[in-house]
Amino acid sequence: MRLRKRQRLLLVVLVLLLGAGSAALVLAALGEKVSLFVSPSDLVARPLEPGRSLRLGGLVEPGSVERGADGEVRFSITDGAHSVPVVYRGVLPDLFREGQGIVTQGRLEAGGVFRASEVLAKHDENYMPKEVADALKRSGHWKDGAVEAQR
Amino acid sequence: MHGYATPLRFGRILDAIYPWALAGVLVLAPVGLWMALVVAPPDYQQGDAARIMYVHVPSAWMALFVYLVMASGSAAALIWRHPMAEITARAAAPLGAAFTALALLTGSIWGKPMWGTWWVWDARLTSMLILFFLYLGYLALHEAFDDPERGARAAAILALVGVVNLPIIKFSVDWWNTLHQPASILRIGGPTIHPSMLWPLLTMALVFKLYFICVLVLRIRLLLAERRLASLGVERG
Repeated sequence: MRLRKRQRLLLVVLVLLLGAGSAALVLAALGEKVSLFVSPSDLVARPLEPGRSLRLGGLVEPGSVERGADGEVRFSITDGAHSVPVVYRGVLPDLFREGQGIVTQGRLEAGGVFRASEVLAKHDENYMPKEVADALKRSGHWKDGAVEAQR
Repeated sequence: MHGYATPLRFGRILDAIYPWALAGVLVLAPVGLWMALVVAPPDYQQGDAARIMYVHVPSAWMALFVYLVMASGSAAALIWRHPMAEITARAAAPLGAAFTALALLTGSIWGKPMWGTWWVWDARLTSMLILFFLYLGYLALHEAFDDPERGARAAAILALVGVVNLPIIKFSVDWWNTLHQPASILRIGGPTIHPSMLWPLLTMALVFKLYFICVLVLRIRLLLAERRLASLGVERG
Protein backbone atom coordinates (compact mmCIF):
# COMPACT_ATOMS: atom_id res chain seq x y z
CA MET A 1 0.00 0.00 0.00
CA ARG A 2 1.57 3.25 -1.05
CA LEU A 3 0.01 6.42 0.14
CA ARG A 4 0.48 9.74 -1.54
CA LYS A 5 2.04 12.67 0.28
CA ARG A 6 -1.28 14.42 0.94
CA GLN A 7 -2.83 11.28 2.31
CA ARG A 8 0.13 10.73 4.60
CA LEU A 9 -0.15 14.31 5.86
CA LEU A 10 -3.84 13.74 6.61
CA LEU A 11 -2.98 10.49 8.35
CA VAL A 12 -0.45 12.23 10.61
CA VAL A 13 -2.97 14.95 11.48
CA LEU A 14 -5.53 12.24 12.19
CA VAL A 15 -3.12 10.42 14.52
CA LEU A 16 -2.49 13.68 16.42
CA LEU A 17 -6.22 14.45 16.70
CA LEU A 18 -7.11 10.93 17.81
CA GLY A 19 -4.29 10.99 20.37
CA ALA A 20 -5.45 14.34 21.74
CA GLY A 21 -9.08 13.25 21.69
CA SER A 22 -8.55 10.00 23.56
CA ALA A 23 -6.30 11.70 26.12
CA ALA A 24 -8.95 14.38 26.66
CA LEU A 25 -11.66 11.74 27.17
CA VAL A 26 -9.54 9.74 29.61
CA LEU A 27 -8.62 12.83 31.61
CA ALA A 28 -12.20 14.11 31.59
CA ALA A 29 -13.38 10.71 32.87
CA LEU A 30 -10.75 10.69 35.61
CA GLY A 31 -11.58 14.29 36.45
CA GLU A 32 -10.69 15.28 39.98
CA LYS A 33 -9.22 11.84 40.67
CA VAL A 34 -6.04 13.03 38.96
CA SER A 35 -5.60 15.63 41.68
CA LEU A 36 -3.22 14.61 44.42
CA PHE A 37 -5.27 16.05 47.25
CA VAL A 38 -8.60 17.63 48.18
CA SER A 39 -9.00 21.00 49.88
CA PRO A 40 -11.03 21.69 53.03
CA SER A 41 -13.68 23.35 50.83
CA ASP A 42 -13.93 20.16 48.74
CA LEU A 43 -14.59 18.23 51.95
CA VAL A 44 -17.36 20.63 52.89
CA ALA A 45 -18.88 20.52 49.41
CA ARG A 46 -18.69 16.71 49.12
CA PRO A 47 -18.57 15.18 52.62
CA LEU A 48 -16.91 11.75 52.85
CA GLU A 49 -17.82 8.98 55.25
CA PRO A 50 -15.32 8.80 58.15
CA GLY A 51 -12.54 6.23 57.90
CA ARG A 52 -11.77 6.67 54.23
CA SER A 53 -8.14 7.32 53.38
CA LEU A 54 -7.47 10.54 51.49
CA ARG A 55 -4.97 13.33 50.99
CA LEU A 56 -5.88 16.73 52.32
CA GLY A 57 -4.02 19.85 51.18
CA GLY A 58 -3.96 23.51 52.14
CA LEU A 59 -2.15 26.02 54.30
CA VAL A 60 -1.21 25.45 57.93
CA GLU A 61 -3.52 27.92 59.67
CA PRO A 62 -1.41 30.56 61.48
CA GLY A 63 -1.69 30.23 65.27
CA SER A 64 -3.16 26.73 65.13
CA VAL A 65 -0.03 24.62 65.71
CA GLU A 66 0.06 22.95 69.15
CA ARG A 67 2.77 20.49 70.03
CA GLY A 68 1.66 17.98 72.65
CA ALA A 69 4.02 16.52 75.25
CA ASP A 70 3.63 13.03 73.76
CA GLY A 71 4.98 14.09 70.36
CA GLU A 72 1.55 14.65 68.90
CA VAL A 73 1.12 17.77 66.76
CA ARG A 74 -2.25 19.42 66.30
CA PHE A 75 -2.91 22.06 63.68
CA SER A 76 -5.55 23.16 61.20
CA ILE A 77 -5.41 23.07 57.43
CA THR A 78 -7.18 25.97 55.76
CA ASP A 79 -7.81 27.13 52.21
CA GLY A 80 -9.05 30.53 53.28
CA ALA A 81 -12.73 29.55 53.23
CA HIS A 82 -12.84 26.45 55.45
CA SER A 83 -10.44 24.69 57.78
CA VAL A 84 -10.04 21.14 59.07
CA PRO A 85 -8.37 20.16 62.37
CA VAL A 86 -5.48 17.70 61.92
CA VAL A 87 -3.69 15.41 64.40
CA TYR A 88 -0.28 14.01 63.47
CA ARG A 89 2.43 12.02 65.22
CA GLY A 90 5.74 11.80 63.40
CA VAL A 91 8.52 13.76 61.74
CA LEU A 92 7.52 17.01 60.05
CA PRO A 93 9.36 18.22 56.92
CA ASP A 94 11.76 21.17 57.24
CA LEU A 95 9.43 23.53 55.42
CA PHE A 96 6.53 22.87 57.82
CA ARG A 97 5.49 26.11 59.50
CA GLU A 98 2.45 28.29 59.99
CA GLY A 99 1.16 29.61 56.68
CA GLN A 100 3.01 26.93 54.72
CA GLY A 101 1.26 24.87 52.07
CA ILE A 102 1.20 21.18 52.97
CA VAL A 103 -0.32 17.92 51.80
CA THR A 104 -1.27 15.29 54.36
CA GLN A 105 -2.25 11.68 53.91
CA GLY A 106 -4.62 10.20 56.47
CA ARG A 107 -8.18 9.41 57.52
CA LEU A 108 -11.07 11.54 58.57
CA GLU A 109 -12.25 10.42 62.00
CA ALA A 110 -15.71 10.74 63.44
CA GLY A 111 -16.05 14.28 64.75
CA GLY A 112 -14.35 15.80 61.73
CA VAL A 113 -10.75 15.46 62.95
CA PHE A 114 -8.25 14.40 60.30
CA ARG A 115 -5.66 11.88 61.60
CA ALA A 116 -2.61 12.24 59.34
CA SER A 117 -0.11 9.45 58.80
CA GLU A 118 2.14 11.50 56.52
CA VAL A 119 2.79 15.24 56.15
CA LEU A 120 4.47 16.62 53.02
CA ALA A 121 5.43 20.27 52.54
CA LYS A 122 4.28 21.87 49.32
CA HIS A 123 6.73 24.39 48.03
CA ASP A 124 5.37 27.46 46.23
CA GLU A 125 6.60 28.96 42.98
CA ASN A 126 8.30 31.97 44.60
CA TYR A 127 12.08 32.07 44.56
CA MET A 128 13.91 35.03 46.07
CA PRO A 129 16.88 35.91 48.27
CA LYS A 130 16.26 36.28 52.01
CA GLU A 131 16.80 40.07 51.91
CA VAL A 132 14.07 40.49 49.29
CA ALA A 133 11.67 38.35 51.34
CA ASP A 134 12.38 40.47 54.42
CA ALA A 135 11.88 43.69 52.46
CA LEU A 136 8.56 42.44 51.12
CA LYS A 137 7.42 41.53 54.62
CA ARG A 138 8.38 45.01 55.89
CA SER A 139 6.55 46.80 53.08
CA GLY A 140 3.40 44.72 53.60
CA HIS A 141 3.35 43.14 50.15
CA TRP A 142 4.24 39.71 51.48
CA LYS A 143 2.25 36.83 50.00
CA ASP A 144 -0.22 38.90 48.05
CA GLY A 145 -2.61 36.20 46.94
CA ALA A 146 -0.59 33.47 48.62
CA VAL A 147 -3.59 31.19 49.09
CA GLU A 148 -4.25 31.40 45.38
CA ALA A 149 -0.63 30.56 44.63
CA GLN A 150 -0.60 27.60 46.99
CA ARG A 151 -3.82 26.18 45.58
CA MET B 1 13.26 21.34 1.21
CA HIS B 2 14.39 18.10 -0.37
CA GLY B 3 17.61 19.86 -1.26
CA TYR B 4 18.64 19.13 2.34
CA ALA B 5 17.64 15.51 2.04
CA THR B 6 21.06 14.40 0.87
CA PRO B 7 23.60 13.49 3.53
CA LEU B 8 26.16 15.73 1.83
CA ARG B 9 24.16 18.98 2.03
CA PHE B 10 22.88 18.08 5.48
CA GLY B 11 26.42 17.29 6.62
CA ARG B 12 27.58 20.72 5.50
CA ILE B 13 24.93 22.44 7.59
CA LEU B 14 25.94 20.34 10.59
CA ASP B 15 29.59 21.28 10.05
CA ALA B 16 28.64 24.96 10.03
CA ILE B 17 26.62 24.76 13.28
CA TYR B 18 28.85 22.51 15.35
CA PRO B 19 31.87 24.78 16.11
CA TRP B 20 29.62 27.65 17.24
CA ALA B 21 27.56 25.46 19.51
CA LEU B 22 30.68 23.84 20.95
CA ALA B 23 32.33 27.23 21.54
CA GLY B 24 29.12 28.41 23.22
CA VAL B 25 29.13 25.47 25.63
CA LEU B 26 32.83 25.82 26.46
CA VAL B 27 32.46 29.54 27.21
CA LEU B 28 29.02 29.62 28.84
CA ALA B 29 29.12 26.42 30.92
CA PRO B 30 31.74 27.74 33.39
CA VAL B 31 29.99 31.13 33.45
CA GLY B 32 26.59 29.54 34.08
CA LEU B 33 27.89 27.24 36.81
CA TRP B 34 29.71 30.12 38.48
CA MET B 35 26.54 32.25 38.38
CA ALA B 36 24.41 29.37 39.70
CA LEU B 37 26.72 28.14 42.44
CA VAL B 38 28.47 31.35 43.56
CA VAL B 39 26.72 34.52 42.39
CA ALA B 40 23.07 33.49 42.88
CA PRO B 41 21.88 34.07 46.46
CA PRO B 42 20.44 31.23 48.55
CA ASP B 43 16.63 31.06 48.55
CA TYR B 44 14.79 32.59 51.51
CA GLN B 45 13.08 29.29 52.33
CA GLN B 46 15.18 26.53 50.86
CA GLY B 47 18.64 28.03 51.40
CA ASP B 48 21.33 26.47 49.21
CA ALA B 49 19.16 23.46 48.36
CA ALA B 50 17.37 25.66 45.80
CA ARG B 51 20.52 25.60 43.64
CA ILE B 52 19.54 22.18 42.31
CA MET B 53 16.96 24.01 40.19
CA TYR B 54 19.78 25.34 37.98
CA VAL B 55 20.15 21.75 36.75
CA HIS B 56 16.62 20.48 37.33
CA VAL B 57 14.67 23.17 35.46
CA PRO B 58 16.88 23.27 32.31
CA SER B 59 16.78 19.43 32.19
CA ALA B 60 13.01 19.43 32.40
CA TRP B 61 12.72 22.11 29.69
CA MET B 62 15.06 20.12 27.46
CA ALA B 63 13.09 16.95 28.11
CA LEU B 64 10.04 18.64 26.55
CA PHE B 65 11.97 20.49 23.83
CA VAL B 66 13.82 17.37 22.64
CA TYR B 67 10.54 15.50 22.44
CA LEU B 68 9.23 18.27 20.20
CA VAL B 69 12.32 17.90 17.98
CA MET B 70 11.84 14.14 17.88
CA ALA B 71 8.13 14.35 17.09
CA SER B 72 8.61 17.00 14.36
CA GLY B 73 11.35 14.89 12.78
CA SER B 74 9.10 11.84 12.95
CA ALA B 75 6.20 13.71 11.33
CA ALA B 76 8.44 14.99 8.52
CA ALA B 77 9.81 11.47 8.03
CA LEU B 78 6.31 9.99 7.83
CA ILE B 79 4.85 12.62 5.52
CA TRP B 80 7.71 13.58 3.20
CA ARG B 81 9.85 10.46 3.64
CA HIS B 82 12.62 12.87 4.54
CA PRO B 83 15.57 10.63 5.50
CA MET B 84 17.48 13.34 7.38
CA ALA B 85 14.39 14.15 9.47
CA GLU B 86 14.17 10.50 10.46
CA ILE B 87 17.84 10.43 11.44
CA THR B 88 17.51 13.67 13.43
CA ALA B 89 14.57 12.23 15.36
CA ARG B 90 16.43 9.01 16.09
CA ALA B 91 19.57 10.90 17.11
CA ALA B 92 17.58 13.09 19.51
CA ALA B 93 15.71 10.30 21.31
CA PRO B 94 18.41 9.01 23.73
CA LEU B 95 19.35 12.60 24.57
CA GLY B 96 15.76 13.39 25.47
CA ALA B 97 15.60 10.25 27.60
CA ALA B 98 18.77 11.34 29.41
CA PHE B 99 17.43 14.87 30.08
CA THR B 100 14.17 13.40 31.38
CA ALA B 101 16.03 11.00 33.66
CA LEU B 102 18.15 13.89 34.94
CA ALA B 103 15.05 15.99 35.66
CA LEU B 104 13.37 13.10 37.51
CA LEU B 105 16.52 12.30 39.47
CA THR B 106 17.37 15.86 40.54
CA GLY B 107 13.71 16.48 41.38
CA SER B 108 13.70 13.42 43.59
CA ILE B 109 16.89 14.48 45.39
CA TRP B 110 15.34 17.91 46.00
CA GLY B 111 11.98 16.46 47.00
CA LYS B 112 13.31 14.39 49.89
CA PRO B 113 14.50 17.32 52.07
CA MET B 114 11.92 19.89 50.83
CA TRP B 115 8.69 17.91 50.48
CA GLY B 116 9.62 15.06 52.78
CA THR B 117 9.38 12.36 50.11
CA TRP B 118 11.43 11.09 47.16
CA TRP B 119 8.40 10.48 44.98
CA VAL B 120 4.69 11.13 44.91
CA TRP B 121 2.21 10.12 42.21
CA ASP B 122 0.98 13.60 41.41
CA ALA B 123 0.07 14.66 37.88
CA ARG B 124 3.37 16.45 37.12
CA LEU B 125 5.68 13.69 38.29
CA THR B 126 3.60 10.93 36.72
CA SER B 127 3.33 12.65 33.33
CA MET B 128 7.10 13.24 33.37
CA LEU B 129 7.65 9.52 34.06
CA ILE B 130 5.36 8.71 31.12
CA LEU B 131 7.51 11.00 28.95
CA PHE B 132 10.55 8.95 29.99
CA PHE B 133 8.76 5.73 29.02
CA LEU B 134 7.74 7.27 25.67
CA TYR B 135 11.41 7.90 24.90
CA LEU B 136 12.32 4.35 25.90
CA GLY B 137 9.40 2.96 23.88
CA TYR B 138 10.51 4.94 20.82
CA LEU B 139 14.04 3.54 21.11
CA ALA B 140 12.79 0.01 21.69
CA LEU B 141 10.34 0.09 18.75
CA HIS B 142 13.17 1.12 16.45
CA GLU B 143 14.99 -2.11 17.24
CA ALA B 144 11.91 -4.32 17.41
CA PHE B 145 11.59 -5.08 13.69
CA ASP B 146 13.85 -7.02 11.36
CA ASP B 147 13.16 -4.45 8.68
CA PRO B 148 14.65 -1.18 10.01
CA GLU B 149 12.28 0.88 7.87
CA ARG B 150 9.22 -0.65 9.53
CA GLY B 151 10.79 -0.10 12.93
CA ALA B 152 11.39 3.55 12.09
CA ARG B 153 7.79 4.00 10.99
CA ALA B 154 6.32 2.35 14.09
CA ALA B 155 8.55 4.44 16.35
CA ALA B 156 7.60 7.63 14.48
CA ILE B 157 3.90 6.92 15.03
CA LEU B 158 4.50 6.35 18.74
CA ALA B 159 6.38 9.67 18.89
CA LEU B 160 3.37 11.43 17.30
CA VAL B 161 0.83 9.84 19.63
CA GLY B 162 2.99 10.84 22.60
CA VAL B 163 2.88 14.55 21.66
CA VAL B 164 -0.38 14.83 23.60
CA ASN B 165 1.65 14.30 26.79
CA LEU B 166 3.54 17.61 26.33
CA PRO B 167 0.64 20.00 27.14
CA ILE B 168 -0.41 17.63 29.92
CA ILE B 169 3.04 17.95 31.53
CA LYS B 170 3.12 21.72 31.09
CA PHE B 171 -0.38 22.41 32.43
CA SER B 172 -0.65 19.54 34.95
CA VAL B 173 0.22 21.91 37.78
CA ASP B 174 -2.59 24.28 36.75
CA TRP B 175 -5.30 21.74 35.94
CA TRP B 176 -5.00 19.60 39.06
CA ASN B 177 -3.80 19.76 42.64
CA THR B 178 -0.20 18.61 42.62
CA LEU B 179 2.62 18.51 45.12
CA HIS B 180 4.86 20.03 42.47
CA GLN B 181 4.72 23.82 42.55
CA PRO B 182 3.16 25.77 39.64
CA ALA B 183 5.29 27.40 36.94
CA SER B 184 7.66 30.13 38.13
CA ILE B 185 8.78 31.52 34.79
CA LEU B 186 6.49 30.79 31.83
CA ARG B 187 3.32 32.01 33.50
CA ILE B 188 0.71 34.71 33.06
CA GLY B 189 1.75 37.73 35.14
CA GLY B 190 5.51 37.28 34.74
CA PRO B 191 8.12 35.22 36.56
CA THR B 192 7.87 34.77 40.32
CA ILE B 193 11.57 34.25 40.59
CA HIS B 194 13.91 37.04 41.60
CA PRO B 195 16.17 38.36 38.76
CA SER B 196 19.28 37.43 40.77
CA MET B 197 18.20 33.79 40.37
CA LEU B 198 16.45 34.08 37.01
CA TRP B 199 19.57 35.09 35.07
CA PRO B 200 21.73 32.17 36.24
CA LEU B 201 18.81 29.87 35.42
CA LEU B 202 18.40 31.25 31.89
CA THR B 203 22.16 31.02 31.31
CA MET B 204 22.13 27.38 32.39
CA ALA B 205 19.14 26.76 30.10
CA LEU B 206 21.15 28.19 27.18
CA VAL B 207 24.13 25.98 28.09
CA PHE B 208 21.86 22.91 28.11
CA LYS B 209 20.41 23.84 24.72
CA LEU B 210 23.84 24.38 23.12
CA TYR B 211 25.11 21.15 24.66
CA PHE B 212 22.12 19.34 23.15
CA ILE B 213 22.93 20.79 19.71
CA CYS B 214 26.57 19.65 20.00
CA VAL B 215 25.72 16.08 20.97
CA LEU B 216 22.87 15.95 18.48
CA VAL B 217 25.26 16.85 15.64
CA LEU B 218 27.73 14.18 16.81
CA ARG B 219 24.96 11.56 16.98
CA ILE B 220 23.61 12.48 13.54
CA ARG B 221 27.12 12.13 12.11
CA LEU B 222 27.38 8.72 13.76
CA LEU B 223 24.06 7.53 12.33
CA LEU B 224 24.97 8.85 8.87
CA ALA B 225 28.29 6.98 9.00
CA GLU B 226 26.50 3.81 10.11
CA ARG B 227 24.07 4.17 7.23
CA ARG B 228 26.90 4.56 4.77
CA LEU B 229 28.62 1.47 6.16
CA ALA B 230 25.37 -0.48 5.88
CA SER B 231 24.92 0.62 2.27
CA LEU B 232 28.47 -0.56 1.57
CA GLY B 233 27.50 -3.94 2.99
CA VAL B 234 29.54 -3.71 6.19
CA GLU B 235 27.80 -5.29 9.18
CA ARG B 236 27.28 -3.15 12.26
CA GLY B 237 29.73 -4.40 14.87
